[in-house]
Amino acid sequence: MPLHLKRLLLTGVVIVSLFLLLKHALTPDSFGQYGHYRGNSMGEIAALPIHFTGNKSCESCHDTIVTMKNEGYHSDLACEGCHGAGYLHIKNPKTEKLIKPNSREFCGKCHSINPARPEKAITQQNIKDHHPEDKCVKCHNPHQP
Amino acid sequence: MNPEFEHLYQALSKVDGFIYPNEIELSWSILIVLYPFITGLVAGAFILASLERVFNVKSLRPTYVIALLTSFAFLLVATMPLIFHLGQPLRAWEIMMTPHLTSAMAIFGFVYLWYLMIVLLLEIWFDYRYDLVLWARESTGVKKWLYKALALGSDDISPKSVKLDQKLGYIVTVIGIPSAFLLHGYVGFIFGSIKANPWWSTVMMPIIFLFSAMVSGIALVMLLFIIINKVRKQKIDMLCLDTIAKYLFYIIIIDFTMESLDQIHRFYEAEESFEIIQLLISGHLNFTLLVMQVGIGMFLPLTTLGILQFYKPAEKVRQLLYFITGVLVLIGIFFMRWNVVIGGQLFSKSFLGFTSFKLSLIGPEGFLMASIWLIVPFFILAFLLWLFPPWKKTEMEH
Ligand code: HEC
Ligand code: HEC
Ligand code: HEC
Ligand code: HEC
Repeated sequence: MPLHLKRLLLTGVVIVSLFLLLKHALTPDSFGQYGHYRGNSMGEIAALPIHFTGNKSCESCHDTIVTMKNEGYHSDLACEGCHGAGYLHIKNPKTEKLIKPNSREFCGKCHSINPARPEKAITQQNIKDHHPEDKCVKCHNPHQP
Repeated sequence: MNPEFEHLYQALSKVDGFIYPNEIELSWSILIVLYPFITGLVAGAFILASLERVFNVKSLRPTYVIALLTSFAFLLVATMPLIFHLGQPLRAWEIMMTPHLTSAMAIFGFVYLWYLMIVLLLEIWFDYRYDLVLWARESTGVKKWLYKALALGSDDISPKSVKLDQKLGYIVTVIGIPSAFLLHGYVGFIFGSIKANPWWSTVMMPIIFLFSAMVSGIALVMLLFIIINKVRKQKIDMLCLDTIAKYLFYIIIIDFTMESLDQIHRFYEAEESFEIIQLLISGHLNFTLLVMQVGIGMFLPLTTLGILQFYKPAEKVRQLLYFITGVLVLIGIFFMRWNVVIGGQLFSKSFLGFTSFKLSLIGPEGFLMASIWLIVPFFILAFLLWLFPPWKKTEMEH
């Protein structure tokens, strides 16, 4: 075999072994333990702090609002869906305030006219025309609209 | 208004009819249009080169090396639009390191590498090795060392080893033809296999992509052949140019037939998705499909080339006509990719509504970004032509 072909073969072998070496070095340790992902990621994700604590966790202090909401149209909504994650607030309610999203656009996020949403699943309102002079919460109680 | 909401309200104003929330904004935009376009140029240019080598079309000889280098220059950037489309471009290599066998994209990585390393690089190398050795002897300085390194330090240009190179190069080309088919057929497969999308999901997709790839690749090489000769103030080999145009004409006919067949089939079957597709064609894709792709990209070139098969005006006129045809064909194929990629995302999978798409000028998915990836391969090609000038190559019998 001529010299250049020998060297060509050698180059090929070097490239392939380099790839295999890289593949070996760069594949994370626990990859493929359970499936096509890092096995360790299960534990790492499970160990992350939980940010959303659920409606039940608000009950002990805001029981009137919870019952009020459960009786109204917004009964299906989660408190934290509007107020944001409550994990800090439930520990230090005095210092860690949650947001009070009382802008018109905020309600419009769910209620504005949106062809992508079936009208029967959610009542839609043209928020540009519907009583534009005031905030929604002036007339509608967000917890019992 | 809060910018976060403003975005949503703006997006909603583009929608009409019923559409699922995740379909409002197109996730694949112009960079994904470029990906099949560029890959198609690669495959098409290579197939033109193999016409000369394997199918022995002697009059195409002057385009052989240009076609190979074009193919190579475009192949180097073929994945760039994809990588820049990613939110995390630096993680792109992970699909190669931990490939998943059911991932169409991961397998594309290997098909691409096979084509780059085994087919194109090897073929160019075998074809150039003799000259690399000669150039290494003649040049000085950095260039000498570069040529020497590229020749792998070997100085062997005995007739025996040159003959062996020729033989191996031929074998690589023979392997290369199915590989080029695989490369671009695979790009078609990626779209054709998405069964949820009636605009994409057809077994014809790989075949249509393949033939349109040949059309665009041949047109590009034809253009470059004219431009390179003009820039170098050389007389254009008209026999060669006419032959390219002849093949371009044939392949456009096949491509046109395939695409029409696909559409006729769709019309005749008239499945439940038919209504929305009809609306798509007569509405959002009206201009890009009927005017740009079919009118400018198919009918005009087909008529011009068809007439030129029988009636041959003066050389200057023919050159001009071929040049214009080449440009029109490239525009047409670009819009063909556009209609596939963008068109497939404009209608809702509920078949009840549309969203719309407006190309932005700047930004990671904008017009400028796309232009960069279209221009870069030409610079690479210019560099390659400077480093490995085909006109300084020793003429060898294939
Ligand atoms: C440990 C009792 C406690 C729990 C549990 C609790 N809160 Fe509170 N929350 C308070 C107190 C006390 C205030 C009044 C703080 C103030 O006005 O200084 C308050 C105020 C608020 C406010 C008004 C903030 C403001 O800026 O006026 C909101 C909104 C709120 N809570 C939401 C929630 C939600 C949602 C939950 C459940 C995830 C929750 N809270 C759970 C005690 C609690
Ligand atoms: C539809 C969104 C929404 C949901 C769901 C919701 N809230 Fe509210 N909440 C608001 C808005 C908006 C305000 C501010 C009202 C205002 O400014 O008058 C508010 C105010 C409050 C306040 C402060 C009241 C005050 O007088 O300042 C508390 C406490 C509160 N919410 C608790 C809750 C709890 C507990 C839940 C779950 C049971 C809940 N919210 C669910 C939208 C919501
Ligand atoms: C997370 C989405 C969401 C947000 C935010 C939200 N709503 Fe609602 N709203 C609902 C749902 C779901 C219903 C119950 C279905 C229905 O009847 O439309 C509802 C019902 C209502 C209704 C009763 C409609 C009827 O059928 O008569 C009113 C009024 C209303 N919301 C007002 C508001 C106001 C005011 C705000 C802003 C503080 C608001 N909503 C924010 C989801 C939302
Ligand atoms: C000035 C008081 C006022 C304001 C401000 C106001 N609404 Fe209303 N809204 C009403 C009244 C009264 C009705 C019931 C009569 C009607 O349908 O107009 C109503 C009805 C609705 C309904 C139910 C419509 C139906 O078909 O059942 C929704 C949803 C609603 N409003 C959302 C909003 C939202 C969102 C905002 C803020 C962008 C808002 N409203 C602001 C007074 C108000």
